[in-house]
Amino acid sequence: MTTDVTADLLPYSDVVERFDPVLGLEVHVELHTNTKMFCGCPTQFGADPNTQVCPTCLGLPGALPVVNGKAVESAIRIGLALNCEIAEWCRFARKNYFYPDMPKNFQTSQYDEPIAFNGYLDVVLDDGEIFRVQIERAHMEEDTGKSLHVGGATGRIHGAEFSLLDYNRAGVPLIEIVTKTIHGTGERAPEVARAYVSALRDLLKALDVSDVRMDQGSLRCDANVSLMPKGSTELGTRSETKNVNSLRSVERAVHFEMRRHAAVLTSGGEVIQETRHFDESTGSTRAGRRKETSEDYRYFPEPDLVPIAPTRDWVEELRATLPELPWQRRRRIQQDWQLSDLELRDLVNAGALDLVAATVEAGASPDEARSWWVAYLSQQANTQGIELTALAITPAQLARVIVLVAEGKLTNKLARQVVDGVLAGEGDPDTVVEARGLVVVSDDSALLTAIDEALAAQPDVAEKIRSGKVAAAGAVVGAVMKATKGQADAKRVRELVLERCGQ
Amino acid sequence: MTDLTRLTAAELAAKIHSREVSAVEVAKAHLDRVAAVDGAVHAFLHVDTAGALAAAEAVDKSIAAGEAPASPLAGVPLALKDVLTTKGVPTTCGSKMLEGWIPPYDATVTRRLREAGVVILGKTNMDEFAMGSSTENSAYGPTHNPWDLDRIPGGSGGGSSAALAAFEAPLAIGTDTGGSIRQPGAVTGTVGVKPTYGGVSRYGLVAFSSSLDQAGPCARTVLDAALLHEVIAGHDPLDSTSLNVPVPPVVAAARQGATGDLSGLRIGVVSEFSGDGYQPGVLRSFEAAVATLEKLGAEVVEVSCPNFTYALPAYYLIAPSECSSNLARFDAMRYGLRVGGDDPSLDAEQVMSLTREAGFGPEVKRRVILGTYALSAGYYDAYYGSAQKVRTLISRDFTTAFEQVDVLISPTTPTTAFRIGERTADPMQMYLADLCTIPANLAGNAAMSVPSGLSDEDGLPVGLQIMAPALADERMYRVAAAYEVARNDAEGGAQIHRVPDLAAGVR
Amino acid sequence: MPTISRDEVAHLARLARLAVTDAELDLFAGQLDGIIQAVAKVGEVAAEDVPPTSHSVPLTNVFRADEIVPCLSHEDALAAAPASEDGRFRVPRILGEA
Repeated sequence: MTTDVTADLLPYSDVVERFDPVLGLEVHVELHTNTKMFCGCPTQFGADPNTQVCPTCLGLPGALPVVNGKAVESAIRIGLALNCEIAEWCRFARKNYFYPDMPKNFQTSQYDEPIAFNGYLDVVLDDGEIFRVQIERAHMEEDTGKSLHVGGATGRIHGAEFSLLDYNRAGVPLIEIVTKTIHGTGERAPEVARAYVSALRDLLKALDVSDVRMDQGSLRCDANVSLMPKGSTELGTRSETKNVNSLRSVERAVHFEMRRHAAVLTSGGEVIQETRHFDESTGSTRAGRRKETSEDYRYFPEPDLVPIAPTRDWVEELRATLPELPWQRRRRIQQDWQLSDLELRDLVNAGALDLVAATVEAGASPDEARSWWVAYLSQQANTQGIELTALAITPAQLARVIVLVAEGKLTNKLARQVVDGVLAGEGDPDTVVEARGLVVVSDDSALLTAIDEALAAQPDVAEKIRSGKVAAAGAVVGAVMKATKGQADAKRVRELVLERCGQ
Repeated sequence: MTDLTRLTAAELAAKIHSREVSAVEVAKAHLDRVAAVDGAVHAFLHVDTAGALAAAEAVDKSIAAGEAPASPLAGVPLALKDVLTTKGVPTTCGSKMLEGWIPPYDATVTRRLREAGVVILGKTNMDEFAMGSSTENSAYGPTHNPWDLDRIPGGSGGGSSAALAAFEAPLAIGTDTGGSIRQPGAVTGTVGVKPTYGGVSRYGLVAFSSSLDQAGPCARTVLDAALLHEVIAGHDPLDSTSLNVPVPPVVAAARQGATGDLSGLRIGVVSEFSGDGYQPGVLRSFEAAVATLEKLGAEVVEVSCPNFTYALPAYYLIAPSECSSNLARFDAMRYGLRVGGDDPSLDAEQVMSLTREAGFGPEVKRRVILGTYALSAGYYDAYYGSAQKVRTLISRDFTTAFEQVDVLISPTTPTTAFRIGERTADPMQMYLADLCTIPANLAGNAAMSVPSGLSDEDGLPVGLQIMAPALADERMYRVAAAYEVARNDAEGGAQIHRVPDLAAGVR
Repeated sequence: MPTISRDEVAHLARLARLAVTDAELDLFAGQLDGIIQAVAKVGEVAAEDVPPTSHSVPLTNVFRADEIVPCLSHEDALAAAPASEDGRFRVPRILGEA
């Protein structure tokens, strides 16, 4: 198993010089319906084991499935959002194989008759380039239970003495979204894979059909990778990497597999078609247990369920429920805020689009909101080493600061202090303003005192202003601002200076 | 004093509802009868004495309180095939795999029976997981035909048919996947009905072949079957294949039929179901039945259903295929038998294999292997796929036939009850028992068997099968009730009373 | 020539998780051969243009509302388990992932 060792991997630059990668991505999404796919049990994550089970999802003799209509609606909406065709007639099939976490020892799944097929998803890459990923199908199925392996290496399946089964998750509705083979990514294959899952996650979130929590398994990705020698048109043997449970892992897993395949191929070996498991801690994959006999799932139409034939009226009704989808929203925002392509890309790349939009929603101007999030707050997040969304300031709080500035109650400099105060947990902007005494000095008499002092201290400058060299006023304004610790409104100060000097 | 066990369900209900007898007395009479004869018959796998008496008592109380009976059958005892789940009462499906399993839920049929005040005496014997035509495949030993204890009572619902013929219960529930209600009915001289597929909920019916299984009423008279039919039928949201339409008016049809007039009715004789392989006495009984129907005013014509001869092979592909999947859940993990579970050297897969090897009998294993084969990638089109096409052809034959006639008739089964052990070595020979009953399962329409006298060469009961279009179940009840009256009149009484006196025999 | 070999029956038994004995293999192989030859008759009429029937009832779109129904009690869920531990079904060690 030398190919499992990082030292034996081919350097990435060599890989992409000699091979073209081909990807295939299968994403499983758990729907956040109230109940399971085929029974009325709740789907809540984290409940005590075997407390969300009934005869149907436990596979008890005699129990029967009934399709959750909401899950079908969600599947159709996902299909429409992925620009798919919606089947006029489709069925569930049984996929037969024995495994203890599957109560009936068959999985009820749409085999060759998916509800949605032939779509695409436009994915924005890091540099703003759009990459279109073709979607093969989106089909409905049910999740399995969870097993806990006890004894031997803790939690690991190998060497376990026995296993414990919890069927709460068994029967939770899943939508499996499968891409067609993805060609033409070149060296960007790992990035495309990550960006695709990220785009899909945003889409599903906008549709409000799933929690899309990769850490809790409500969004899971299997990555198929194969390599073709440059110039070849024949697909290579693929590996299927499972357990890829974060966006970063998707990228790393594809990266690793490309290097592993390349190492095998360049040393004259043959890539084995197999299932592999991604190990987060090492960033590598390892082979799953090889099956003694090739699996034959013996699919046949599920006789306990009747076919699904969505009427075109129903499909159109569901199409009308689609929210603004991520790329539509981006296009609208770009128009509304009059952003250049570059500005939009920066905004998206900074991960600030939602934050800016929310800040605008809360009353701030788009320019100000964008400037704050992309510049000052991005720096703060960077310094703290956290995501922008994790900063301790809400869009509403920032909007309040921006409004205070617009109303002349804060200067830009004061505004930063207020934001710092909010970030430091001192409370809402108004609380910070009050606690820190950060108010603009707008009392003209107080300002005039300071102005007179400044003019007196710089008689030559005062003379220049009086003689019409208005630009010289800057030095006086600066001195006043310094004297008032920045709490004066510079514009007003300037007006008063000029007035004082007879201009 | 009247022997309560000899009465029909309708007669018993009348006596209970008028408080002439109590439901408890009726239940006790039947429980006593079970105690007396079931050692010889072995119709029951489990007798629920306490549950039956409690249910009967509840009916008596309700009637004493002046309440209307919960149903026309409130207080009447019933024998329930052990393939329907009963909360708190063992359900084994005639298999070692489920020995001691106590379901935590009631099948919809069970629930409807309870709600109707029907008194469930216990669970009846059957071929393991309903696979068989003789009840010899029960892991708990065969059931004996009350007409001749050396013979089979039919299968898979032999326990239910034998319970009726042995006067252990006036009503029973069966399930019919390829004839498992009708064929036992025929060989025990009782009435057995397979309603239209989707007419009776399958929720809680432990699946053998999901697209074919249908529960139905078993009784000693056509009217009793109709009364029970209306108790158990109707839409159930827990079964996706349940039909959301009104229950066909079978009781009214049975009463109308009993007036003895079938004029205006067209009856088709399936020409494919005669000839070689049919016992002469069975054919003679069938011919006599045709003559009787004509006398009642029906017009009888011959109708060809050419694809019916492909029904048996199609069935022995579809049913095993579905069963190979349905029975996969018996894997020693969550319920039922576990073999080798104490041996730490064995992994889950090995324990599954050992358990299934030990828990299933030979017929089940044979069909699971056959079904696994028929669904395999390389063979699917030739076997399972082709069988599904035959289903289409059989449905078309029915459609064409029902354009010409109102109902179709045939013998229910080619022979009378065979001897226990006679066909166990040859599965194909055994499968022939369901030759005539299978088409209705494949097409999903209604069919029933009604006693048509005794075969003149062996004195054993013969069944007349009547088939009706889907959701026209009432048509066959009308014909069956008319025929039943005519035959009883001709023979001077109900055929069922000619069953040998078992109690005398075993004492 | 038989339509199904003893080895094939052994393979099918493994797929179906049946630890059949040698004697059973001999018996089943013979019987299944006869059965398969008989059922193969369906091929005579299953023409290309005949659509298959998977459901004898002409129903479509049977759905359930997305409403929670009471579950089994935890005790009832585990009552029939051959073994249980920590509220879970205890089963022999599972090898490999499916």
